[in-house]
Amino acid sequence: MEKRRVTFRDRLARSAVPLLFALLCLFGILVAHINLEFLLREMLARVARNGILVMALLIPILAGLGLNFGIVLGAMAGQIAAIVATYWGFKGIAGFGVASALAVPLAIAFGIGTGLLFNRAKGREMVTGLIAGFFANGLYQLVFLFAIGSLIPWHAASMLLPQGFGLRNTIDLYNIQYALDDLIKVHMTLDNQPVRVPVVTFGFIGLVCLFNIFFQRTRLGQEFRAMGQDPHVAAASGIAVDRNRVIATVMSTVFAAWGQLFFLQNVGTLNTYSSHEQVGMFSIAALLVSGATVTRATVGQALLGTILFHTLFVVSPLAGRTLAGDAQIGEFFRVFVAYAVITVALVLHAWQQVRRSKE
Amino acid sequence: MAENTLPTADARQSPLAWAREQVREMGIPRLMIALFLALLLGTAWVTKMDMPSLITDCVLRIARNGVLVLALLPAIQGGVGLNFGLPLGVICGLLGCVITLDLGIGGWGGLGLAALIGALLAAPVGMVYGWLLNRTRGQEMMVGTYLGFSIVSGMSIFWTIAPFHNPALVWAIGGHGLRTTLTLGGTYDRLLDKLGAFPIAGVMIPTGTLLVFGGLCALVGLFFRTRAGLTISAARSNPRFARAAGISDARTRVQATTFSTVLAALGIVVFCQSFGFVQLYTAPLLMAFPAVACLLIGGGSVNRATLAHVLIGTVLFQSILTVALPVTSQVVQGDFSETARLIIQNGMILYALTRKER
Repeated sequence: MEKRRVTFRDRLARSAVPLLFALLCLFGILVAHINLEFLLREMLARVARNGILVMALLIPILAGLGLNFGIVLGAMAGQIAAIVATYWGFKGIAGFGVASALAVPLAIAFGIGTGLLFNRAKGREMVTGLIAGFFANGLYQLVFLFAIGSLIPWHAASMLLPQGFGLRNTIDLYNIQYALDDLIKVHMTLDNQPVRVPVVTFGFIGLVCLFNIFFQRTRLGQEFRAMGQDPHVAAASGIAVDRNRVIATVMSTVFAAWGQLFFLQNVGTLNTYSSHEQVGMFSIAALLVSGATVTRATVGQALLGTILFHTLFVVSPLAGRTLAGDAQIGEFFRVFVAYAVITVALVLHAWQQVRRSKE
Repeated sequence: MAENTLPTADARQSPLAWAREQVREMGIPRLMIALFLALLLGTAWVTKMDMPSLITDCVLRIARNGVLVLALLPAIQGGVGLNFGLPLGVICGLLGCVITLDLGIGGWGGLGLAALIGALLAAPVGMVYGWLLNRTRGQEMMVGTYLGFSIVSGMSIFWTIAPFHNPALVWAIGGHGLRTTLTLGGTYDRLLDKLGAFPIAGVMIPTGTLLVFGGLCALVGLFFRTRAGLTISAARSNPRFARAAGISDARTRVQATTFSTVLAALGIVVFCQSFGFVQLYTAPLLMAFPAVACLLIGGGSVNRATLAHVLIGTVLFQSILTVALPVTSQVVQGDFSETARLIIQNGMILYALTRKER
């Protein structure tokens, strides 16, 4: 009896967050009279862009590392690969392929670094990941704003700032734009406009979903799960916890690198110094919106969260304009929601931890 | 709060071992940062830059930022760790500034009222924050960081819709919504900086601001020698023992957090009067990180910090931030100081987070 009541309450609590969010989105859609075809058009692009970045968070959660704020480093790896592929002049799907391949060793290296940091900061992986992202951003600036063109020879003057070193603030990725999205061209008409349906991209997102589901059934996946439930018991039963934590971080970082490449090939321009900065915050907020927690998240939640969060992202400036005559308020609101969702999830997680340790 | 002295070194200890011991005591990162500052100052001197004005700027920035760094100290003393939720107090101080400016109160009255309103708002905010931190033990830093982010971004909405009507503060077009930057010219711009300011060898000393910083340092130092202050530290260093003595560490942690938040509110008021502008919207978002870096560079850690750490850290880090831009701009184009700040600041925080606890 006691047990059943708890599970029911748990289920309610789990669906309360996405329900609340769906209501918020619905309210915005009704208030701003948003055309559903317009929304669908936006969603097609946005889910394809962000799906894998959100999915990259799942494995560290399984392994008990919490929300990997360090995926910013993965996004950087993806970006560096995109810059180099553009520099080498690869075009189309070949360019995207080269970038994806190049991103892997970079992401593995960054992932090992982050993983080792996490092992030195057990219990505070999240804040360490957040700061590691800031720190890496400094190193990234050092390389791309100062070293390239001065210490590192760079023969594409058009990519450099007028002073002769440092990359420009935006890099045009026309070489690889839509390389993947348009590999199989499917268009449909929505809102009286031809809309690209990125079938191949969705195919890859599906593959990553399947990978995540099957991974949990592998030996390594089971070990991760055991670590996530209780690292001490896992260690006692002979699981190499520290090594596995690094592996989990590396996997997450590699997926984040690919995720960022998927994002960039759709957007088509690279903001050299800012495209990666918000990746962590927005991906994590998107995941949490679905009702996922710091310790538990599923593939379905990642997809649902992406859809809900990006619906709000599209809707809130429009709703803000209708309600307050100011789109700016809507933009502030969506940033506030992103931060607030993360805060609430963190507070609930810590609260439960404290309660559990008291029992 | 004196540094604990090491046991007297063995008389036969080799000079090398002695040097190694000194380096370990100081910490390699702190040593590197001090060397970097020396390098910057040396370059400035060799290239015949205007040293007095450079040092004037340094002193000014140290005085301006000092209280915000000091605000971290009570939280560490109380066992809450690095208070990344500093923006909560900062927002209260900013509200104090905005309210006095909207009322059109300038001069000393305005400055005092801003500080008073800020502190009065920060006290209940700090209590609630402390209460929350008690319920989220073990994750204080993350909760503080994101609570700060949430409040700052939530306040962005408030600044646009709040009922402030002073035409000097709101956007000229539309007549509502506070501007991103409010100027203090004509109200209490640099009031403390100019109070009793005097030059030494071409270096202008902002006496008033320094005195406020020094006074608050002394206040914090004295407070942690009073019964209430000692209780807070005792509960941090041994919660179980403290409980046996009838001290609840849940209570002392709330006190410490409240103290920290109030100091942050005062800190931003001091900062604004010296800076001459009140910056709203996203400006306070990342304010905790440089302050935390200051304290860590000074030698503080997640669990332990003293007034000396606050002072040394503020002097080192703020001097680097001040000197780096003019010095490096002679050599490289572009704002190298911002990149250097990111690397030093976050590298230092990472080092502190990943250091093995003793």
